[in-house]
Amino acid sequence: MTQWKHKHLLGLQDLTAEDIELVLDTARSFKEVSSRDIKKVPALRGKTVVMLFFEPSTRTRISFELAAKRLSADTLNIAVSVSSTTKGETLLDTARNIEAMNVDLMVVRHGTSGSPFILAQGLKCSVVNAGDGCREHPTQALLDLFTLKEKFGRIKGLRVGIVGDILHSRVARSNIWGLTKLGAKVTVCGPATLMPRGIEAMGVEVCYDIRKLIKNSDALITLRLQKERQQDKFLPSLREYGRLFGINREKLAEGSSDLIVMHPGPTNRGVELSAEVADGKQSVILDQVTNGVAVRMAVLYLVLGTKPGTEG
Amino acid sequence: MGLLIKNAMIVNADKIWDKPQDILCEAGKIAKIAASIPTGDHQVIDAKGKKVLPGLIDIHVHLRQPGCEDKETIETGSKAAAKGGFTTIMCMPNTTPVIDNAMVVEFIRREAQRVGLVNVHPIGAITKGQNDQELTDMAELKSAGCLALSDDGKSVLNSRLFRLAMEYAKMLDILLIEHCQDPCLSAGGVMNEGEASTLLGLKGDPGIAETVIVARDIEIALYLNARVHLAHMSLKRSVDLIRAAKAQGIQVTAEACPHHFTLTDADVKSFDTSMKVSPPLRAQEDVEAIKQGLADGTIDCIVTDHAPHTKEDKEVGFDGAPFGLTGLETSLGLTITELVKPGVITLSQMVERMSAAPARIVGLGGKGQIKEGKDADLTIIDPDKKWTVTKEGFVSKSVNSPFIGRTLSGRVEYTVCGGKIVYAPVA
Repeated sequence: MTQWKHKHLLGLQDLTAEDIELVLDTARSFKEVSSRDIKKVPALRGKTVVMLFFEPSTRTRISFELAAKRLSADTLNIAVSVSSTTKGETLLDTARNIEAMNVDLMVVRHGTSGSPFILAQGLKCSVVNAGDGCREHPTQALLDLFTLKEKFGRIKGLRVGIVGDILHSRVARSNIWGLTKLGAKVTVCGPATLMPRGIEAMGVEVCYDIRKLIKNSDALITLRLQKERQQDKFLPSLREYGRLFGINREKLAEGSSDLIVMHPGPTNRGVELSAEVADGKQSVILDQVTNGVAVRMAVLYLVLGTKPGTEG
Repeated sequence: MGLLIKNAMIVNADKIWDKPQDILCEAGKIAKIAASIPTGDHQVIDAKGKKVLPGLIDIHVHLRQPGCEDKETIETGSKAAAKGGFTTIMCMPNTTPVIDNAMVVEFIRREAQRVGLVNVHPIGAITKGQNDQELTDMAELKSAGCLALSDDGKSVLNSRLFRLAMEYAKMLDILLIEHCQDPCLSAGGVMNEGEASTLLGLKGDPGIAETVIVARDIEIALYLNARVHLAHMSLKRSVDLIRAAKAQGIQVTAEACPHHFTLTDADVKSFDTSMKVSPPLRAQEDVEAIKQGLADGTIDCIVTDHAPHTKEDKEVGFDGAPFGLTGLETSLGLTITELVKPGVITLSQMVERMSAAPARIVGLGGKGQIKEGKDADLTIIDPDKKWTVTKEGFVSKSVNSPFIGRTLSGRVEYTVCGGKIVYAPVA
């Protein structure tokens, strides 16, 4: 069986298909733990996991915290406002101070792409990326992959559409890395103003017609649209975005009845998804949330189970 | 008693001497060049096996004083310049306060004289406070000692104001240096917009932010029959525009930096914030075009855009870090390694780009060539000597260099400014 060789989890770009499969296999066994009466195993007893969040996030933080607790690790939550990490206290300073309390792993969320890299280079403990800027959100993509595999029994050959603000989406990038490595065919779809230059280099196709995408997909990963994008002039209006790229029952009816709809949450109902689609039988949004805990348990377990000095 | 340089293989922009010469420097000038000059009581440097170049001139540096002395001072910047082989530097006005009046110019000149290492010429601002609203008192700045004016760090975005600035500067015969970047188009980008920014999830600065200003300024220069100098060109398209403008006789000159002919946006993948520069590192085809532009003279000169920042400034993550790298001490080595050794330009073309052309562009008549009667500003180098850039090796206050760990060819052995040794190897 493949061995986990990484001290950190910084992104799916750095992982092989075998690494990703290992996380998914490990998550499968941990999912069972969460369904027990006593939802706890002693795997990380005596380890300290710190949630270092420079950007507010409730869902991801709770999911990581629950995962750590179910593995019996001690957890600590630190929310740092970015404004305090300006001159005089650098990003690394903040993290080094926390590390000095002998913690084993930091789960880091930061609004700047590359921040987990900078921390991984400067710290002795392990770093797990819980989302950095517009670059990667690896555990979200892993839970999406887990959910897809659960529903379809495979990733290879699946046709997956990713819809919305691709330009600013770390979820999209991590999913593209993960899906393409495991052999899925990925198409990205969204307004031209929110489509990053050179995205084809990641091995995806670009489509601007949501109906065509629905007809040719097995699964749709819809992305959360940040409302400030309209103020930034990327969009004429949210209404127009909803009309062109929002998914409702009528549009969904043009695709296969087996097509599943995913969303990393929280959803803007009526913008990315109509309420009837979000709550409908093709939606797997709540399964994603459930699977998130199992996947994060697998990640914490694999990363902390690694001997020091192995590659990052 | 003067300074006598024995066995000098002299490299001028127009000629490489085929036999070693002795150069006698007296009273700040090159007094005599001859096959053999008696030692007498002169201080002697034996330059055997080395090349002697006219002192290097960098018309685009940031010294940070007044206002940000934790990053650099006129003293530390002068030391870095001397170590890098520069005898004349021009410092940009984006200090605090801005160099927009004679008092600040005089402060810098006085401090540079006190330090007494290299020639320091302040560049005045084009607009008061660099605020893109009102022109500075350009004549006052010129008489205080400014050879050029620039709002470097940003473009003069108001096109009418820039037209007026160009007309006024033409009347005064003072050079305008333009930072070409439309902030509406760059829109907070932190690296080149393209495949690399997409993969890294960093906000992209599109090349058109530079080229629309390049094209605008060329049009204004044509319309007014005035001259303009375009700072730190980074794109193939900019080189194409300048080449076409020069072919039409438009008075445009341009500069490029070593990092723009050495690194690409793909190098940003390490998230090393010393790779965060403005304009950003571009694509490979742009690097090739900058090299070609330097080879055929479309790009007139090499500058460093020396932009020192403290470790604390740069350790805040890629988005939050300021733009700029420290450049004075690696410029010659990078130019020899990337351009001279691979045969892109010759050694005398390097002298043209790093000394003769900048002297000509800003009007330093006594500099830029080794000739009797000219200023005794000389840089003695060993073009073949290999050395490795280390953090500890910098004498600048800041060490924000992406080249740490890189081995370069071409090392400065001595720097002589006004006939005085201002940098010599440590014994």
